Amino acid sequence: MTQTQSQKIEEKLYQNRYRVEEGKPHITIVPEKATAQELKMMAAICPAACYEETENGKVEIIPDGCLECGTCRVVCQGTGSLTWNYPSGGYGILFKFG
Amino acid sequence: MAEKFDVIVVGAGMAGNAAAYTLAKAGVNVLQIERGEYAGSKNVQGGILYAQAVEALIPEFRESAPLERHIIEQRIWVLNDKSYIGTHFRSDNFNEERPNRYTLVRAQFDKWLNGEVKKAGATVITETTVLELLKDETGKVNGVRCDRENGEVRADCVILCDGVNALVGSRSGVRKEINSKEVALAVKEMHFLPRDVINERFNIQESEGVVIEILGTVTEGMLGTGFIYTNGESLSVGIGVIVSDLMKNRINPSTLLEKMKSHPSVAPLLKGSEVKEYSAHLLPEGGYDSVPELSGNGWMVCGDSAHLLNAIHREGSNMALTSGRLAAETYLELRDKGQPINAENLKKYNQKLENSFVLKDLKKYRRMPHIMLENKQFVTMYPDLLAGAAETLLRVDGVDKKTKEKKITKDFRSARGIFGLVGDAFKLVRAWR
Ligand SMILES: Cc1cc2nc3c(=O)[nH]c(=O)nc-3n(C[C@H](O)[C@H](O)[C@H](O)COP(=O)(O)OP(=O)(O)OC[C@H]3O[C@@H](n4cnc5c(N)ncnc54)[C@H](O)[C@@H]3O)c2cc1C
Repeated sequence: MTQTQSQKIEEKLYQNRYRVEEGKPHITIVPEKATAQELKMMAAICPAACYEETENGKVEIIPDGCLECGTCRVVCQGTGSLTWNYPSGGYGILFKFG
Repeated sequence: MAEKFDVIVVGAGMAGNAAAYTLAKAGVNVLQIERGEYAGSKNVQGGILYAQAVEALIPEFRESAPLERHIIEQRIWVLNDKSYIGTHFRSDNFNEERPNRYTLVRAQFDKWLNGEVKKAGATVITETTVLELLKDETGKVNGVRCDRENGEVRADCVILCDGVNALVGSRSGVRKEINSKEVALAVKEMHFLPRDVINERFNIQESEGVVIEILGTVTEGMLGTGFIYTNGESLSVGIGVIVSDLMKNRINPSTLLEKMKSHPSVAPLLKGSEVKEYSAHLLPEGGYDSVPELSGNGWMVCGDSAHLLNAIHREGSNMALTSGRLAAETYLELRDKGQPINAENLKKYNQKLENSFVLKDLKKYRRMPHIMLENKQFVTMYPDLLAGAAETLLRVDGVDKKTKEKKITKDFRSARGIFGLVGDAFKLVRAWR
């Protein structure tokens, strides 16, 4: 994904309200599987632009802006590249309108 | 939590609220568990609400529910990059005493409905995520485990209303996982504008509303649709695409949304609006063939979690409300007859769904999801052909009408071939019947 695209999404996310649980990301990438094709797809299609492919071909995730849609969970299913849980009760995205 | 309940309802969306409300009204000791800070804080809908499904629960809901506008006009637009061609249906008959369809703002509606659930006497706990089902030694579901200390709660029956991701069921081994071909990812923005500006732009007054459903090149050849719905002082603008298509094409749905917003027919409707929220959510669009086991030993599943959504008609909230209510009614019938809550008796819930519009409609369109996935010409080629045909006919340029008609026929034939055209018509008719 081009820089401008993810910047645009970041701007959109600023309008949202979140309660982030510090130090406890609800989605993590399994380090040995960080080059999986499915993760690279997520770098392109995650609606909150949480995924980024780095120069060494590995994908990183920062799920702070996550909208909790579950797309990455479905895409990466069966690849063993992701651990996915809902944020602890009460944390995460807080839709005012939805 | 040592207390034992009659029923645990997981989730406080449409389905969960309908189930918990129906049970609490009938005096059942019901616990409802929701992971969000409040009911609605995790939920997204376009959203059109169908009155009948709410009326079946709360006949006088119009007096207190937060409703945005009643819908008097439906537009279906097929877009190509420059044009739209479509149909509009508007009727003053929709300005009735008890309107049939409303636009809503989900977070606010869910908060209201959950308030009614509490008033009816249910115990509601929020900020608590259910992790899995608990079972007794015979395998019967008899409670849930939550992400809380001492988070095990017991009940005779668990009703799963946990939405499209349906994690509780799949992580408890009572159902299979959803896959990328049967779910769509939608992104949506809330665009705020003054009420009179919306009224003028959409040619409506007071609380009248318009919905626009959008197909065509905005989805870049992928299977999906867009929408613009009028709320009181905002527009809901969104677009959704099947996840397997997004994976193949590696296009971000927010890019599609930006493209749709800048379309020459759409941009003037949104001009000057202030965007106050951006959301994303999955929709279960696999239809009848994706519906999982609906009940088992001590449990039932409702709404999106049961894949009960009619993508063709954009009906999900009503299926969720109805299935939640029917699950609760199934429990009540068994309770009244003193019958055990086991797999065999809970099959009555499946039967109720079979007899209602919920499964009847999903069955009717059973083939549709497969046909649309495998025949991309419906979203790629036809929008351009239709727009081209309309433009050819409407442009007055000295060319005679017969020549124009020949050109249109030729365009269609060379794009799809005569067999392709007939085949496409046949496929659509067959899937629709
Ligand atoms: C963009 C978009 C537009 C739509 N437009 C329309 C429309 O116009 N008309 C229409 O009828 N339908 C529409 N739908 C579909 C409709 O929103 C859904 O069908 C409906 O919300 C389903 O209700 P539900 O109760 O089954 O699921 P949800 O509304 O998703 O509710 C599930 C609830 O369970 C909670 N939960 C989930 N997991 C757990 C857990 N483990 N523990 C505790 N709580 C949990 C969630 O926080 C949530 O509150 C649309 C959907 C989308 C995404």
